[in-house]
Amino acid sequence: MTSILTYTFKNLPNTSKWALQSLRPLSCSSQLRSAPAAQTKSKKTLAKPNIRNIVVVDGVRIPFLQSGTSYKDLMPHDLARAALLGLLHRTNVPKDVVDYIIFGTVIQEVKTSNVAREAALGAGFSYRTPAHTVTMACISANEAMTTGIGLIASGQYDVVVAGGVELMSDVPNRHSRKMRKMMIELNKAKTLGQRLSLILKFRLNFLSPELPAVAEFSTSETMGHSADWLAAAFAVSRLDQDEYALRSHSLAKKAQDEGLLSDVVPFKVPGKDTVTKDNGIRPFSQEQMAKLRPAFIKPYGTVTAVNSSFLTDSASAMRIMAEEKALAMGYKPKAYLRDFVYVSQDPKDQLLLGPTYAIPKVLEKAGLTMNDIDAFEFHEAFSGQILANFKAMDSDWFAQNYMGRKTKVGSPPLEKFNNWGGSLSLGHLFGATGCRLVMAAANRLRKEGGQYGLVAACAAGGQGHAMIVEAYPK
Amino acid sequence: MNEIWASDQIRSAVLISSKPGCFIAGADLTMLASCKTPEEVTQISQEGQRMFEKLEKSTKPIVAAISGACLGGGLELAISCQYRIATKDRKTVLGTPEVLLGVLPGAGGTQRLPRMVGVPAAFDMMLTGRNIRADRAKKMGLVDQLVEPLGPGLKPPEERTIEYLEEVAVTFAKGLSDKKISIKRDKGLVEKLISYAMSIPFVRQQIYKKVEEKVRKQTKGLYPAPLKIIDVVKTGIEQGNDAGYLSESKKFGELAMTKESKALMGLYHGQVLCKKNKFGAPQKEVKHLAILGAGLMGAGIAQVSVDKGLKTILKDATLAGLGRGQQQVFKGLNDKVKKKALTSFERDSIFSNLTGQLDYKGFEKADMVIEAVFEDLSLKHRVLKEVEALIPDHCVFASNTSALPISEIAAVSKRPEKVIGMHYFSPVDKMQLLEIITTEKTSKDTTASAVAVGLKQGKVIIVVKDGPGFYTTRCLAPMMSEVLRILQEGVEPKKLDSLTTNFGFPVGAATLVDEVGVDVAKHVAEDLGKAFGERFGGGSLELLKQMVSRGFLGRKSGKGFYIYQEGVKNKNVNSDMDGILASLKVPPKSDVSSDEDIQYRLLTRFVNEAVLCLQEGILATPAEGDIGAVFGLGFPPCLGGPFRFVDLHGAQKVVDRLRKYEAVYGKQFTPCQLLIDHANSPNRKFCQ
Repeated sequence: MTSILTYTFKNLPNTSKWALQSLRPLSCSSQLRSAPAAQTKSKKTLAKPNIRNIVVVDGVRIPFLQSGTSYKDLMPHDLARAALLGLLHRTNVPKDVVDYIIFGTVIQEVKTSNVAREAALGAGFSYRTPAHTVTMACISANEAMTTGIGLIASGQYDVVVAGGVELMSDVPNRHSRKMRKMMIELNKAKTLGQRLSLILKFRLNFLSPELPAVAEFSTSETMGHSADWLAAAFAVSRLDQDEYALRSHSLAKKAQDEGLLSDVVPFKVPGKDTVTKDNGIRPFSQEQMAKLRPAFIKPYGTVTAVNSSFLTDSASAMRIMAEEKALAMGYKPKAYLRDFVYVSQDPKDQLLLGPTYAIPKVLEKAGLTMNDIDAFEFHEAFSGQILANFKAMDSDWFAQNYMGRKTKVGSPPLEKFNNWGGSLSLGHLFGATGCRLVMAAANRLRKEGGQYGLVAACAAGGQGHAMIVEAYPK
Repeated sequence: MNEIWASDQIRSAVLISSKPGCFIAGADLTMLASCKTPEEVTQISQEGQRMFEKLEKSTKPIVAAISGACLGGGLELAISCQYRIATKDRKTVLGTPEVLLGVLPGAGGTQRLPRMVGVPAAFDMMLTGRNIRADRAKKMGLVDQLVEPLGPGLKPPEERTIEYLEEVAVTFAKGLSDKKISIKRDKGLVEKLISYAMSIPFVRQQIYKKVEEKVRKQTKGLYPAPLKIIDVVKTGIEQGNDAGYLSESKKFGELAMTKESKALMGLYHGQVLCKKNKFGAPQKEVKHLAILGAGLMGAGIAQVSVDKGLKTILKDATLAGLGRGQQQVFKGLNDKVKKKALTSFERDSIFSNLTGQLDYKGFEKADMVIEAVFEDLSLKHRVLKEVEALIPDHCVFASNTSALPISEIAAVSKRPEKVIGMHYFSPVDKMQLLEIITTEKTSKDTTASAVAVGLKQGKVIIVVKDGPGFYTTRCLAPMMSEVLRILQEGVEPKKLDSLTTNFGFPVGAATLVDEVGVDVAKHVAEDLGKAFGERFGGGSLELLKQMVSRGFLGRKSGKGFYIYQEGVKNKNVNSDMDGILASLKVPPKSDVSSDEDIQYRLLTRFVNEAVLCLQEGILATPAEGDIGAVFGLGFPPCLGGPFRFVDLHGAQKVVDRLRKYEAVYGKQFTPCQLLIDHANSPNRKFCQ
């Protein structure tokens, strides 16, 4: 409908403001229609016979800060350590009870490539608690959690700490390959003559550095470009994207003001003030947003700095336990971690469609439908990406032609969706967003009532993830 | 368009093609072909010029939204518009291929292009006719904006991409009419320098001179179009637009009537024909290909297969041979990365389609096996039997050979209907031709399958009947025999090379022997000599035999008629050949030894044999004969192929020449019956 209107419209000889505006409510409401009234759940619980119930006791994060602000002089393991200490403080757990620690991270600091171990040591965990670091782009923290789930479910461990960390203020800029090669050879050179002959090979262009970029290795394309193309492919307008971004920022502001973001723990930054809250929430006005120029596809693209998530520094951590162990130790868990899936698609054209592919699968696995879900927590990489995923989920054509499914899964009702803000407003840590999503879902289920939460995220490499979170009975 | 200009409601417009994958791929060639006089063609040109001038002068901005091929007249249309937006996909190419058809851009292109992209770049485009990809076009200033092709959405990607292109184009059209967007482009420093330099008359003259020299050197004066293009561009710049347009339309008319243009257009049509599978779709699509022998040919075939997504097994007998072949494929792909035609990631993913192995593992799944082992009948028999024991029933066995008759290879097969010849040309990734050879027993489905694979590999395909030397090798052999005789008669290899290249052959005749390999040439000459007898005589085989015995095998052994050294560009004549040539010297016949006679002795033997192939039914159509000769053997493209040559030159003249040489040398020059028939009835033409 919308597209037909736009189509006829653009064939009109001249633009007039009113016509554009009359389109706006249509384009938004058609996809974000409200869900049917609350129904009785199709299932009581998702517990499965012969499989251990796995619970999250609690999870915390230090405030998410825009890159280049208060955390800029720290190192990643400093942030991870702060999150671990915050978790210890919050859950009051003896350190030696923790069997294993897993952290997710994407941009690695080469000095601390196993950042989980460095942070754990610094936080005073037992030397005997092993730790490893995982990476899976934007769903690295999810990977950390589900690795933990696997370790507990298979009976190897009972208590795992999972988390994630990212410090985008400092990224490893490297010498060029030629320069690195020369330096390594110089190191090996034994005689002065060898050294001199190596030095003579030096050329000025050896000095040009290699900079990391938020780009796909396989396609060399920047994610912002992909998001813009995705929005275009699903005919998501600039206005819709800006509106969605505005929603994210206003909801985040509201949640922050009302103190709902209870997973945040304060962090006293050495040499600086104590940071107590996220600093990326910027409730812009519609007009301010409209003025921005496209950030990637110039000059006609639709993705701007404001309707994209921003580079963020921070860390998060959560404690995952076998239910019986948690109860035996006297904890009151917050939620069960239930079925989850990972999916992957073509990294060129379907880079950011992970949720669309993951959600029907995870719902089927759990035997649920969209109507059963009370709290949706999706990673918001870009407004355009979220809205394109909505459209894809709401399209029978897409389901049939690309997913091999008979019918669409349906798009989530907006009033249950990212109600406390999302990555657009709170910030997005490649390595740590997953934990924030799960904790937001768990906390929302406790606060708003409801049984099931659905967490979903897309990631570089064309991958995606979804997980069902079930509220722990009060 | 008039409606747009007349209406007050309309302030700007977008030109877009409704045909997916194609903006406008040029003018209708049949329209040119139907013209009888240069004046008619000039008139067509002037109509085009007027139409595009109107577009150019339009007060309402017009945006060309380009997706797919934008060539020839399509490009001329696009550059008449005020703004150009193109999709950045592989199908979108811009270019002026007119020169390849022996004409020039005749609808204002020669005048607008230099103004738009600068004189040097415009010359490059118009004189080479090369296709320019969208991203390069953007850098050159040929298009103003790029639109990325979209992936899956709520509609098929192609459909939505065109829609998106239109949306973007509409935005720009509005922006242009509201004066929010300027059509002026920021020029880079280099561009500014070039355009400054071009404003100096002396520099311009130097450039014309340089370009003209280069063109003369490359075309040897055989192709009139490039020189006229330079002339027309020069007229436009030095004497103003009106003179330029007038010159363009006149020269366009003249060129369209030339033999060269007719020859080139014939080749174009033939090529289109040979890019189709007239045998229909095969019952089973070939998905798994196996190649035996990782030599130059085997690896070359592997390269053009994997880069089209065919899963390919490359099998060799030794690890060293296999490694060499794998490296050849990798290098071929990596060279494309260096030229930015592929990304390194695409290279890796393409290369993973190749499995190198020493055993027959996986052959049970192969849909087609192409053997490219050494040209030895007993070896070919052995591998055929080995492979047939393993492959599934539907699997096609194709033999890559340049001369061994396929029916002889198939003689030991349990299923001769599945055996076919696929004669590739070296280097496989560069040579466009594939000659497919069917025996009496080859089934139609097998042929369809081979053609389908060849087309997938990007080849231009001729399908011929089995016989000694098939079509291509058979035509080349008598000419080669004449080459030997000419050398024996004392013509220097260098002189012979320049005589042949000046006639339009891309490679000189002596060099060609070195390139093919003296041993291979000897092998073929012996085999075909036995099969065809006296007609293939002329030069002495002894010459090749002695060369082989001295180890002068041509380029591959570093010595042949010339000496080949790594990194040495100008090759020297191999002085050790003097003795051999002296010992085999025959006195030249003065009547038939002028430069022109030498050229025609070579050419007419070729042509006569080609016509005989058609007469005997080896060739199905003359068009395939022309394509095979030009794309496989380097027959002068300006002559259009042996059949087109007879048509344009006159069969009688060809017969006369043959008779003249027959009188001196005998049977080798006896014109074949079909040629005589054509000479007797001048209205009969091979090509319509």
